[in-house]
Amino acid sequence: MRVIQNGYITAAVIGWFWAYTIAIVVAVLMSFSTGDPFKPSFMFSLLLGAGTGLGTLFYRHKLTMAAGLMLLSILLGMIGFGPIIVGEEAGTFGIVVSAALFGLFTAWPLLTMLESLVPGQLDKHEFEEAVIHFLTGFGYIFFTTAVLVPFYVMVMTSLKNQQELLQNPLDFTIDFSKGTDLFRSYVELFADFNFGSYLWTSFYVSVLTVFITLAFSIPGAYAVARLRFKGRAAFGRSILLIYMVPMIVLALPIYIVFSMTGLRNTIVGIVMIYPVTTIPVALYMLQGYFRGLPSEVEEAGLMDGLSRIAVIWKITLPLALPALASVSLYVFMIAWNEFLLAFMLLDDPAKFTLTRGVASLNSSEVPRQHLMAGAVIATLPIMAIFLGLERFMTKGLTAGSVKG
Amino acid sequence: MSTAVPPKGTGPLARREARLAWGLLFPTIFSVSLVVILPLLAIFWVSFKPIGLEDLRPPETVVREQLRGRPAEAGDDATLRYRIRNSSQNKPLSDVSITDTLPDGLTVVQVDERCSIDGVLLTCELGDFEGGQRENIEIDVTVSQAFLDADPDLEDTPTITTGTGENILTNSEFTLENFARIFDGREFWAVLYATMFYTIVGTIGALVVGLFAALLLNKEFRGKGIMRGLYLFPYVAPVIAVAFSWVTLFDPFSGSVNALLVQMNAIDSPINFFGQRPQALIMVTVFEIWRYFPLSFLFILARMQSIDTDMYEAADMDGASPFQKFWYLSLPMLLGILSVLFLLRFIWTFNKFDDIFLLTGGSAGTRTLTVNVYEQAFAVSNIGAGAAVAVVIFGFLLAFSIFFFKFMSREEGL
Repeated sequence: MRVIQNGYITAAVIGWFWAYTIAIVVAVLMSFSTGDPFKPSFMFSLLLGAGTGLGTLFYRHKLTMAAGLMLLSILLGMIGFGPIIVGEEAGTFGIVVSAALFGLFTAWPLLTMLESLVPGQLDKHEFEEAVIHFLTGFGYIFFTTAVLVPFYVMVMTSLKNQQELLQNPLDFTIDFSKGTDLFRSYVELFADFNFGSYLWTSFYVSVLTVFITLAFSIPGAYAVARLRFKGRAAFGRSILLIYMVPMIVLALPIYIVFSMTGLRNTIVGIVMIYPVTTIPVALYMLQGYFRGLPSEVEEAGLMDGLSRIAVIWKITLPLALPALASVSLYVFMIAWNEFLLAFMLLDDPAKFTLTRGVASLNSSEVPRQHLMAGAVIATLPIMAIFLGLERFMTKGLTAGSVKG
Repeated sequence: MSTAVPPKGTGPLARREARLAWGLLFPTIFSVSLVVILPLLAIFWVSFKPIGLEDLRPPETVVREQLRGRPAEAGDDATLRYRIRNSSQNKPLSDVSITDTLPDGLTVVQVDERCSIDGVLLTCELGDFEGGQRENIEIDVTVSQAFLDADPDLEDTPTITTGTGENILTNSEFTLENFARIFDGREFWAVLYATMFYTIVGTIGALVVGLFAALLLNKEFRGKGIMRGLYLFPYVAPVIAVAFSWVTLFDPFSGSVNALLVQMNAIDSPINFFGQRPQALIMVTVFEIWRYFPLSFLFILARMQSIDTDMYEAADMDGASPFQKFWYLSLPMLLGILSVLFLLRFIWTFNKFDDIFLLTGGSAGTRTLTVNVYEQAFAVSNIGAGAAVAVVIFGFLLAFSIFFFKFMSREEGL
């Protein structure tokens, strides 16, 4: 430990790690945005990163340092020893841009990260602060790429055609000269694959699910939260227990019964079954919220001659509106994203929900970009709702315990 | 004077309250037991039955009615033919009979010996049918002009059929073969291994990654809200969309990741990430971590923000380093939520079906117990074996839940 806690060694190692991370990120970014080959050079990013790390120990002016590293990287890149190896197709422009990006994003953050370091022996605080700063920077890059790349690929693939996809899987440039032709996959999905009707089915099934769920779970949650009766504690627990039964285990007998009664392949069957999967979670979330409401207000209502039902309707529900919004959003999300039951119970393309419709695109006869366009259509509405109402949604997710 | 005694038992008010409570709970209890408890019982019942996908339709009598001989004028001969068959190829039908109203204007010349005619009402007793058996009944008739003018559609008077086939779902035939089949040999252990690997690594991975993400966002800075929303994306998006994006991304022929790795000389030839052992199992586990870390992240972050800052100030005064503060202060405070999350996520990962089904379909060593239910019931068309796997899953869950509730009672609930 004492050896690593040396200003020179720490600065060099962190400098190298960070430079290599940035080299990879810039190479991937440039490949994805131009389609030309870029790859990080282990050797030269090591040298440049370690050098910059050591340099920060003595000279700390951000602007000069960043500009210096940028120039140095570009110069080295020109003579073929750059931190990022650039294929011939990319030309001088590629070299300059990638080297400049590398220089900027290596030097600037490094200066902040290594602020606490001094030449020679470090104490524990100085050392750990630098390590934590590095891990934080690395974490932001890691999480952001890990989360965004699949969505980025999903959107970009949906805008391409079969030939472009096979030719260069790395090329995610958008050819704006194609104009509206860019959205051909989407147009075809709505025109030939009936996606307009799937969208509508998914929407009204989800909304119906929300209403039925609320109608069942509000009285139940109120009873569990406020009324005293034998078996209340046991009931509270068994709600959670029902949560633990896997859907696939229930789907099998439901499939059998629906096949025999003719409910399979009908929207009615789907609307009957979706709320039951969401009622327990909604009841659990709502009773937690109802408990937090002051019971004095309700008691005042009772004293003034309201019945229990009137108390729920006129006092509890208006107070619980934010919770109702959270629960509704959460239930809507579950119903919208539901796949297993729709997949097992619906066979008729005229009655597909959106998730079932996207699943039907997953065949060798349907081109990849159609599948991805379908995925985008399924994702966009729920994302729009999520971003617009994030506050409620996050609350719903937290309160809804950890249903997955 | 007698001393005041507290009332014993429940008074009328309490009873009324309890009645109201049960009344309010009734719809929920009713619907949930209908869709959860009954199916669970059904699963136990079916798991002891030798039943396949095709047995879901019990055998029945199918009949088609035809007028043959092309009668053109009044007085022509014709044949009224009924073709009767057993819809099942291998199950017998007993007491088959048909009843039909003959159309007006036909004069019956000769009747099949198994049938009798009462006015216009034709009744035929056909006895028992073997599986797949077919019979024809022919009735010779002469047509009248009235019949030719009316040209009635024979299907207008539907033929009524009877015939009872044995419904395998309700008879008393039981077997242990389903269980013998699923516990048979190495396959069961391979499935159990995949399930346990996926569950344990996936759960711990999601917790650790979620903890790391929560540490990143546990401070105030501009754009924190956006960051938090962004990190929840994988969980909020429909599983079908993200699963297919991953499959596209890691495709061996046109996938970007393989192209990228080849270009950077990290690998020589493309890897079939979702199609070969052991990469497939690792990849579905990584997907599970990617998709569910937001959940643990959200909970851990919420708990972190409720930790009292006084403690950290005291630690600063005592000269604790950042890592020491995390190890000796934050982690013990988070232990409660971490263990609750672990238990819940463990059970839900164990129950996960959609993700693996969409990514690999259970091939290349990724068949977990839940995927096996589908595989047995629908791919192999053996509903009984599928139900038997479901019973095994249920057994595991029961064990987990008992453990869970023992533990939960000590932890403050979520």
